[in-house]
Amino acid sequence: MSIPVLKFDAVIVGAGGAGLRSAIQLSEAGLKTAVLSKVFPTRSHTVAAQGGVAASLGNSEQDHWTWHMYDTVKGSDWLGDQDAIEFMCKKANEVVVELEHYGMPFDRTDDGKIYQRPFGGHMSNFGEKPVRRSCAAADRTGHAMLHAMYQRNVKANTQFFVEWMALDLIRDEEGHVLGVTAMEMETGQIVIFHARATIFATGGAGRIFYSSTNAFINTGDGLGMAARAGIPLEDMEFWQFHPTGVAGAGVLITEGVRGEGGILRNSSKERFMERYAPNAKDLASRDVVSRAMATEIKEGRGCGVNKDYVLLDITHLDPATIMKRLPGIHEIGLQFAGVDCLKEPLPVVPTCHYQMGGIPTHYSGRVVMPKDGDMSSVVPGFYAGGECACASVHGANRLGTNSLLDLLVFGKSAGDSAVEDLKAGKAHRDLPKDAADKSLARISAIDNRKGGANVHETRLAMQRTMQDHAGVFRFGDMLKQGVSKILEVEKAARQLEIKDKSMAWNTARTEALEMENLIEVAKATMISAEARKESRGAHVRDDAPDTAEFPNGRNDKEWLKHTLFSPVDNSISYKPVNMQPLTVEPVELKTRSY
Amino acid sequence: MSKRMVQFSIYRYDPDKDDAPYMQDISVELEPTDRKLLDALTKLKAKDDAISYRRSCREGVCGSDAMNINGKNGLACLTDIDSLKQPIVLRPLPGLPVIRDLIVDMTQFFKQYHSIKPYLINNDPPPERERLQSPEDREELNGLYECILCACCSTSCPSFWWNPDKFVGPAGLLAAYRFIADTRDQATSERLDNLEDPYRLFRCHSIMNCVDVCPKGLNPTKAIGKIKDMMVARAV
Repeated sequence: MSIPVLKFDAVIVGAGGAGLRSAIQLSEAGLKTAVLSKVFPTRSHTVAAQGGVAASLGNSEQDHWTWHMYDTVKGSDWLGDQDAIEFMCKKANEVVVELEHYGMPFDRTDDGKIYQRPFGGHMSNFGEKPVRRSCAAADRTGHAMLHAMYQRNVKANTQFFVEWMALDLIRDEEGHVLGVTAMEMETGQIVIFHARATIFATGGAGRIFYSSTNAFINTGDGLGMAARAGIPLEDMEFWQFHPTGVAGAGVLITEGVRGEGGILRNSSKERFMERYAPNAKDLASRDVVSRAMATEIKEGRGCGVNKDYVLLDITHLDPATIMKRLPGIHEIGLQFAGVDCLKEPLPVVPTCHYQMGGIPTHYSGRVVMPKDGDMSSVVPGFYAGGECACASVHGANRLGTNSLLDLLVFGKSAGDSAVEDLKAGKAHRDLPKDAADKSLARISAIDNRKGGANVHETRLAMQRTMQDHAGVFRFGDMLKQGVSKILEVEKAARQLEIKDKSMAWNTARTEALEMENLIEVAKATMISAEARKESRGAHVRDDAPDTAEFPNGRNDKEWLKHTLFSPVDNSISYKPVNMQPLTVEPVELKTRSY
Repeated sequence: MSKRMVQFSIYRYDPDKDDAPYMQDISVELEPTDRKLLDALTKLKAKDDAISYRRSCREGVCGSDAMNINGKNGLACLTDIDSLKQPIVLRPLPGLPVIRDLIVDMTQFFKQYHSIKPYLINNDPPPERERLQSPEDREELNGLYECILCACCSTSCPSFWWNPDKFVGPAGLLAAYRFIADTRDQATSERLDNLEDPYRLFRCHSIMNCVDVCPKGLNPTKAIGKIKDMMVARAV
């Protein structure tokens, strides 16, 4: 069977924030670029980001990128690489101002500058008090950003392949990446995109959990493709549970609500964060707030008939401020909680939100993996940015508003690095003869299998397992059981069957292919989490409790290192954290408190 | 809300096997937690994996799951199931070619959106920092920039049904006015020239279906009225 081959200088997989930001660099450099997306670009999940993007513009009060860097290192519980964190925080002003120039409708201060609000974990003067660092367009920052970047790409004549699903990464024998196979969803046709540079910007995989703020499309396709191509996944045990998902529905309520003055309360209306984070209170880091909420619920101070949520209260705020700064939240309250937040508090629970780990990258956006004793050897032709990548700037816990910053900075740097490498002028390497075989075999197996596993049920089994065994609080024995359970689910996920056999817009087939990606991520997460025998950031185990020797359960002597999960044999190796920034003094290890 | 059976009548068409579209009667049992129409569709798809529709964010910001629900365009993820008369009749958005089931070909819709040059045009060299804009000037963009390109409006507009290739339609015109209204944009007269045409702008007859169906509560008719006013103002 001969598969059509389309040749490009670069192929970008994903058209959310990171992909669109990379595409601007490549298109404006005049390189022939294809951008593939499962959905029309403005439907990518960046659209759902609400509260803002961090940059130390200092528009309302004094700020400095070194303070932002300190907060990010501390937020990461020292697992973030300090070279990458410096790179990101220093670049923040530049990439945010660029967005403004692209036309992004930021809110404004009275003197016409970009409006900034406080956000969790962002402090002035190395952890002193909350600072206004989050640049916002009401509570629709992701929407405003994604549309502005799509529009910039329209201007730059970027070539989009809309509603195309990438299937597999193509690597040759020497390990060079040569593009991807992809399926046009409307026709089911498979095509090879042969490229000199391949950039993954495929977002997260929050759908591995049962309760998630993530969109249906967040199925870890990039991680699945990388894993199937033998590329390890970094720090997959670290998942952020956002403190405020709407109870029951999972829909996100931005931390900007607390930035504007919102308060979390338990069943006796107590502002319980004062006990857990006396200084930052409701604006402590997300892992800290989520754990405090889960503790309140666990100890019987939750609200409602089942005492299974807490309240986010903004009824004391000026209604005009709410309608101006948080109009989308007012709408979400009415739609998904049946609550008018001007009058009543919102029911919220910690909800899976963000994947801190991902495809290992250098801060230049180049993908790296162990080779011949070098733990960070560049994979030629392969780049990644945004949530699918692990630079690592978020370490064990991401600060709010650093995700939009990550996708801007690393989307851009991946694009720049690709441009640089492409201009160095290497020709297309020859495609292996079997370049599409793996994808064709997967599709044919899904289409033709009889008596296989049901996609919907397999997905549910995975989501329940992840939720029960790898949630906000983790337990040694539960993680062990979780590993065997998820390996069971994996067997089913490799034997999926669909009833729909049509070639036209076959969403059953798409969901089966997505399930094959999700399971790679779920497995990497569970095995990495079981292996890390300490508590750090979002990964907290009962058998690594808070002691004098190991404050917060963190054990720097043994565990100050990145996990690398190898999908080839489910094995784990580790690589050191880079504690050396590019130009400034390192942020020294210390006990984390807010 | 409690457990309940809900009846549907769904437009089905698979070009690979159907000669013509048909309406399928199907019912599904919903849990108390199933609140929105999209929750019901997810349940239906678990029963019959061939039912095809687009969906993504499930919270009304991505614009994927627009469809015709009991005769009115809307987003499945923002529509309360229990507010709907049964059987709930689901059809693809009207006026665009159907690819399969509830999935329409949106090429024409996006072509019109792209035709208005949906990007900021400012030819001054970019300053070191942000361009300044007063809060009042920024407020002019409210009710315009929030569009999610779901196409509920354009596909409920008779003028768009008759001339999808010539009339820009409410979504595209809303976007056009979003840039005209932006104090940072320098292409107002070029943008008006682009719309000075018996069809592109003036096919809007203020029927206001667009306003009625917009899931984000936006008012394209008002924006179109403002563009028309500017056309008149510059003609005299």
